Amino acid sequence: MQTWFFTEDAYPYLPDAETYRSIRVNLPNRYYDPEKGADLYDMYLDLWCAADELGLEIMVNEHHQTATCVVPAAPIMLGILARQTSRARLLILGNPIANRTQPIRVAEEMAMIDVISRGRLECGFVRSVPYEAAPANMLPFRGPERLWEAHDMIVKAWTTHDGPFNFEGRWFQSRQINIWPRPYQQPHPPIWITIGSAGSAVPVAQHGHTAAVFLAGYPRIREIYDGYRKAYQTAHGTVTPLHRLAYCALVYVGDNAKTARDGAEKVLWYMTSNKVPLEWSNPPGYHPPAVAAQIMSGQRGGAGLPLQPKLEEQMARGNVFAGTPDQVFEQIKNLWEYAGGFGHLLMMGQAGFLSYDETLASMRLFTDEVYPRLKELTASYDPERMQELRLRQPDREFVEIEAFAAEFVR
Amino acid sequence: MDTVREHVSTMTLQGIELPIVRRGSGPPLLLLHGGGGPQDRLPFFHQLTLHFDVIAPIHPGFDGSPIPDHFDGMEDLVYLYLDLMDALDVHDITLLGFSMGGWAAAEIAVRNTSRLAQLILVDAVGIKPGDRETRDIADIFGLPASDIPPLLFHDPSKAPNPAELTEDQLTILASDRIALAFYTWEPYMHNPKLPQRLHRIDVPTLLIWGASDGLVTVSYAEAYRQMIRASNLVIIPEAGHLPQVEQPELFLDHVLSFAAH
Repeated sequence: MQTWFFTEDAYPYLPDAETYRSIRVNLPNRYYDPEKGADLYDMYLDLWCAADELGLEIMVNEHHQTATCVVPAAPIMLGILARQTSRARLLILGNPIANRTQPIRVAEEMAMIDVISRGRLECGFVRSVPYEAAPANMLPFRGPERLWEAHDMIVKAWTTHDGPFNFEGRWFQSRQINIWPRPYQQPHPPIWITIGSAGSAVPVAQHGHTAAVFLAGYPRIREIYDGYRKAYQTAHGTVTPLHRLAYCALVYVGDNAKTARDGAEKVLWYMTSNKVPLEWSNPPGYHPPAVAAQIMSGQRGGAGLPLQPKLEEQMARGNVFAGTPDQVFEQIKNLWEYAGGFGHLLMMGQAGFLSYDETLASMRLFTDEVYPRLKELTASYDPERMQELRLRQPDREFVEIEAFAAEFVR
Repeated sequence: MDTVREHVSTMTLQGIELPIVRRGSGPPLLLLHGGGGPQDRLPFFHQLTLHFDVIAPIHPGFDGSPIPDHFDGMEDLVYLYLDLMDALDVHDITLLGFSMGGWAAAEIAVRNTSRLAQLILVDAVGIKPGDRETRDIADIFGLPASDIPPLLFHDPSKAPNPAELTEDQLTILASDRIALAFYTWEPYMHNPKLPQRLHRIDVPTLLIWGASDGLVTVSYAEAYRQMIRASNLVIIPEAGHLPQVEQPELFLDHVLSFAAH
């Protein structure tokens, strides 16, 4: 199992959440102190460099107008890391191409990073979460269609080497497309796309791209992965390779129960901090009408992550892996078997106020004591055996989909 | 709220099964609803049918209907209704549009007035009179839900309470919101080219406005009026963005004194 170290680069030094309505979109940036921000960028870049040295892969992402993730331009972070690291694969998950107006610019940025890093780029594309609609000034309606048109344009730009071509699509038009540089990897860097439902998994599987699922946990992971596997089998006539599926969870490893718990509680800031009102979490056209109606009526979450998530509950759902190395391995193995296997763990290993030292301690324990066992586990993967393991675990029942999960349903 | 809509038929235009409520008798009146969806069950609508042959299509995307694949926004709605008037072959029609339906009506009129007798715009959007940093039209997609009734109603207690809606009604409300955003998202609720085209409107035009409209204010209405040659503006007191709902009698008086001659 390849494991990717990931932090959202939060700016956690905020006033009491009671004093503001939303941590996203319209929280005034007077709360952002650039001096502290510069120190934070140093820390986050140092953590990614440490991941490179420890043998972990690297993942970055981007959001806009939010204290939860102060990386509005992930390619800039990845450009720095392309030069400052030497070994790790570099995953951007991802470029919000449904919301960006110039796919060719994305193709160029990614080709540059691929060349600078000598072929270490893993290029993700995402539709984006609902709160991105206002900052991007982009109606989320038909977002998936825009994503796929931009995807097609970017892939063609990466793989056309005999002079310019034109692309006049429904949403994106360019003339004389002929990017310099072209990617280092041939025919192009591996592509990842986030999915949140069996339906959105289908085109990703048909393209044979790697599909990443965030925080769906036990309640939904089978349905989503099964949607991918079924579509992959139909499109390619073969079972889904393990490395086509990825899962993102919060992870903290401690050398004893207390340090593990303290660290996990700090990483849980990712969920506790996400105070977002309905006007940002339920923009028109992001969710289907029935889901939007449930959010409007309060029957269903969508107003950001729950403000009071409990660690035990989030662990039970498979959204957080936390404990000693033995415990964390067992937790991951259990979800891995329940899910029918996946090849990548996207490890949100830092959030909120978790310090450099605290984060690094967890990363070291993970790489020393958990990672080798995970690699053995995936090396032993056998689809038939997996089916048996899976049958031993009946579908787990959970209460109605949680608040935070709604934004990943797409 | 009734679940069965009366006098609704469908007409196939551009491959779209367009639902049209058609009721009443008299000269034809094409009624284009606003972002809140069709209002054919309200008293003002019934009153209109006593004086007009009211033709009230339901914009694609509203009331649970799908947004056609080939639609990209307001311009498609405009050409759909130009096609509708041709298909019905109506003449001397009164074109009445509310809010975003008023914008659609103005866009229709700048293209072709040959079938129109007159134009009535009610708290219409469609222009942007202020500078680039002035929010001429309140951003209803960026406001807390509780901030919106005071913008739309003189008496916000008259606003529908979502808590009293059934799940099906809420789903319709959610799909109406998607459709409204689809037609109005960017540029927000206006067409920057419209002011340069409004001079083409050569039929008598009446702008009816709620004095307390907080979405598009009376000063916005005055700017609109100045852009249309043969136009008058009447202000209805104690009404917001929906004077036809808050002051139906006054609203009807203005429509009739202008149009029913």
